[in-house]
Amino acid sequence: MDADIPASRTMSGTMMGQTALVTGSARGIGKGIALALAKKGVNVVISDVNIEEAKVVATEMEALGVKAMPLKFDVSNSVEVTSAFAQISEAFGRLDILVNNAGITRDALIMRMKDEDWDAVININLKSVFLCSKEAVKLMSKQRYGRIVNIASVVAFMGNAGQANYSASKAGIIGLTKTTAKEYAKRGITANAVAPGFIKTAMTDALPEKVKEDMLAAIPIGQFGEIDDVANAVAFLVSPEARYITGNVIHVNGGMYM
Amino acid sequence: MAEIEGKVKEIISKQLGIDVGQIKLESSFIEDLGADSLDNVELVMAFEEAFGIQIPDEAAEKITKVQDAVDYIKGKLG
Repeated sequence: MDADIPASRTMSGTMMGQTALVTGSARGIGKGIALALAKKGVNVVISDVNIEEAKVVATEMEALGVKAMPLKFDVSNSVEVTSAFAQISEAFGRLDILVNNAGITRDALIMRMKDEDWDAVININLKSVFLCSKEAVKLMSKQRYGRIVNIASVVAFMGNAGQANYSASKAGIIGLTKTTAKEYAKRGITANAVAPGFIKTAMTDALPEKVKEDMLAAIPIGQFGEIDDVANAVAFLVSPEARYITGNVIHVNGGMYM
Repeated sequence: MAEIEGKVKEIISKQLGIDVGQIKLESSFIEDLGADSLDNVELVMAFEEAFGIQIPDEAAEKITKVQDAVDYIKGKLG
């Protein structure tokens, strides 16, 4: 539906002045994604429960010449999500890009996993994507333009002992991404997922050395991924150039899963 | 009251990309005006915003024709 997308947004290299919300972007992969977008001239909303870190990141982004707004809200709470989107709309007047990145782990074998661990991970990793996408498509439908990228994980496809909740939440994201893609394709909105493999972050640093060694042996490229490897894939999917790609998954895992 | 009708037609025209002249009170959004289910949801959202009202889902489901929208909005603002 080329006619529905303003010409200025279909031309290459024109993400300048767009607005993006990246959830969970005070650190780790989220921060890397926000940074990659800011470098392309995109104004970014840095949302995180850790508002102090978010403020620091926002200051870093502003040094790149874009507007950055730190915002604290609970992505799994619909009232807070609705209020956050109202604030974003008020401040920027539009939302071009949503990256659902916020996530947590509460690992345990199924036998020992508590209900609370299951619920917390499903709510923060999966329900959040539903809530934020719901608000985003309202704004994006009106604009007849939008890019949604959901951060999944290789474990959505492979499973992982100790991560029943996490792998289920990430597999759920894949189905949700495809449905979002189908429902809003006619509104100029694309929805895709990026599934990182083993990326060097605080979340993976916490794993025991033995686990890391075993994982490395299963990666054909023979290295763990960097945050930028994920951020670059996201930056492509949210660009106007990716207009014909929707409902898909880009695996960023060094060949760990094909 | 004719003002409401005019505004409703204008919103429909903008949302569905059709000429105001084609929109009759008896027109059904889906059957006559080519709307899909997503258009319907967006129309209701547009009415809510334009008239500063809340249209609950149960009421929204019953708004299938232009007249239904005009009546509902008149009732709310009346």
